[in-house]
Amino acid sequence: MTRQIFFDSKNDVAFRPKRFLEKTFIYVILILWAIICLFPIYWTVTTTFKAAPDVMKGNLVPWWDFRPKWLGLKSLGLSPDRIFVESTVREEFLKRFYNSMIAAVGSSTLAVLLGSCTAYGLSRFKYRFGFMRNSDISFFFLSQLILPPVVLALPFLVLYKELALLDTRVGLIALYTLTVLPIVIWIMKDQFSSIPTELEEAALVDGLSIWGAFLTIIMPIALPGMVAAFIISLVLTWNEYFFAALLTSSHAKTLPVMVASQTGSQGISWWSMAALSLAAILPLIIIAVILERYIIKGMAAGAVK
Amino acid sequence: MSGTEVDYLHIVTQDKISDRRRDLGRLMIWGSATILLVLIVIQSLDQFSKFEFGFKTWRPTLYAYFFWATCLCWAQIILYGEQGRRRLFILPAVLFVISMVIFPLIFALGIAFSSWNLSSPDGRQFNGFDNAIEMWNDPFYWNALKNMVWYILAIIPEYIIAFCLALLLNSQIRARKFFRVAFLMPLMLSPVAVSWMIGKSMLEIRFGPISRLVRTLGWDNPSFFGSDEIARFMIMVMDAWTFIPFMMIMILAGLQAIPKELHEAAEVDGAPPWKKFWEITFPLMLPVSITAILIRIIFKLKLADIIINVTSGGPGGATDSVTSFIYREYRDRSNVGYGTFLAIVYLILIVIFMTFLIKMAERWSRPRY
Repeated sequence: MTRQIFFDSKNDVAFRPKRFLEKTFIYVILILWAIICLFPIYWTVTTTFKAAPDVMKGNLVPWWDFRPKWLGLKSLGLSPDRIFVESTVREEFLKRFYNSMIAAVGSSTLAVLLGSCTAYGLSRFKYRFGFMRNSDISFFFLSQLILPPVVLALPFLVLYKELALLDTRVGLIALYTLTVLPIVIWIMKDQFSSIPTELEEAALVDGLSIWGAFLTIIMPIALPGMVAAFIISLVLTWNEYFFAALLTSSHAKTLPVMVASQTGSQGISWWSMAALSLAAILPLIIIAVILERYIIKGMAAGAVK
Repeated sequence: MSGTEVDYLHIVTQDKISDRRRDLGRLMIWGSATILLVLIVIQSLDQFSKFEFGFKTWRPTLYAYFFWATCLCWAQIILYGEQGRRRLFILPAVLFVISMVIFPLIFALGIAFSSWNLSSPDGRQFNGFDNAIEMWNDPFYWNALKNMVWYILAIIPEYIIAFCLALLLNSQIRARKFFRVAFLMPLMLSPVAVSWMIGKSMLEIRFGPISRLVRTLGWDNPSFFGSDEIARFMIMVMDAWTFIPFMMIMILAGLQAIPKELHEAAEVDGAPPWKKFWEITFPLMLPVSITAILIRIIFKLKLADIIINVTSGGPGGATDSVTSFIYREYRDRSNVGYGTFLAIVYLILIVIFMTFLIKMAERWSRPRY
């Protein structure tokens, strides 16, 4: 027969309600903030399926206070009854979507490739470039982050006009690569300096060249960091609006520019604007849900040293 | 951003580089450079219509530049062997950044001191410091700069909220992953979509859900973009909404790096919670906080997308940031010369401000005993 021999003291028992209150308080705030974060997304999703009267009455819950309709997707030519029919709106939308995708993926890939090599070089070798040492070169790359886009926008407008790169995806990719390169270098430098140099030393002893060691030994280890850098670049470039608005018009226009150019008519068709906004945010929402830990890893790179 | 001591890779190599190889390397660099220079000269002559070669664009020069850059990189290996292979790691990025930043900046300086309206037929004319005088007398530019000060100051409450949220996320809670993903979400959204989702539809005066909420709370005729202060405040809120997750995650990473022993030691010493926060957590978080705030300031200085799409600077320039002001200067008036001058002034101000901040930050984050 067992008998309880240790008892909580009176103080600890009295402590419990306070602790319970504390917990409730924490959860209330957390849930409140989660609502603040998620409600705009929910609002956009539901508005896509609302008709004008539903919007005006402020109905919120589908099937309960309004009946979802395909209006939003129909305006993009993506509703079930339109999807197999020729539709100029859909063509236009898909073109913008495709442009955004090419620009974002292309520039992120380029930035990760260039940035990884640079970060690796800076974390492994000593360079001297005139008066510049390693830390100066790193600072030179990171300082590009400070450069505001307006300073570059107008010269590039004129420059691209001369080079016939205005309104092309290639021009956009080059500029986007420039804007995310410092971030990639920062994340990758952090990543490479956490990998011990003994690994390459062993590889070099075994007869690999330095590029061979980098490509076959170090790159696979640094892959999580590269994924993190890639996703953060993807987020920044997919959402980029300023350069795209100035440098593209009919051919290479991206999705954010298309969304922005239609905000003027939002009073008439809320559902189509909602559908368009939804299309602009949905890919990144999916990425955020699936690859959340990489995003957090990437952003935390600079925080913990 | 500080340079810490790094463990460099030490390799001893022996490269036997023959004279012929060296000559080949030099030939590659100088040969391609000559091609580039000749093309530049030919194209400039064509541009100023001294001769007619029939070039439509500067594309050939661009290709020659690529050729030269490739040769330069390749020649590094030929000329310096192993050392050259090392240089190859950073050379492409250096060339890329220099050609994409330094060259356009020099070009921008040229534009900044000229009167150039893309819609007028006269083209570009050098006008010395006229743009500076115009800027001095332009109340809207100064107003935009003043607004930027307000927007930067808004980072302080953002930081406090982010810190609180990070503390909450770091405490013992269930469903942490759900909350983390949910809190991260606003950062993923495109500012343009946000400006429609929140700025144009949720804040819509008649049907927007926030207007409804505000009305039930007792503000009968809500107008979010009517008066100067409220409009500016709404822009700050929207920008904060998207960027609080960023600071929150950096701070959270910092919180998780604090060793548990410190808290346990404080617990044993009988420190009350608020004292534990002020004496342990906050001082240890200082470097991370400063980094997060610095990066946040850098992003804030680029603030434009939301303003352009929600208020386009209104009412009466009360919400204008410098970037959105210059954007409209170009979009509405095609005034490239003046706009570039304003941008250059902004850049100089930013560089001074950031250098000062980084110096201060280095002093603050150094521990004092």
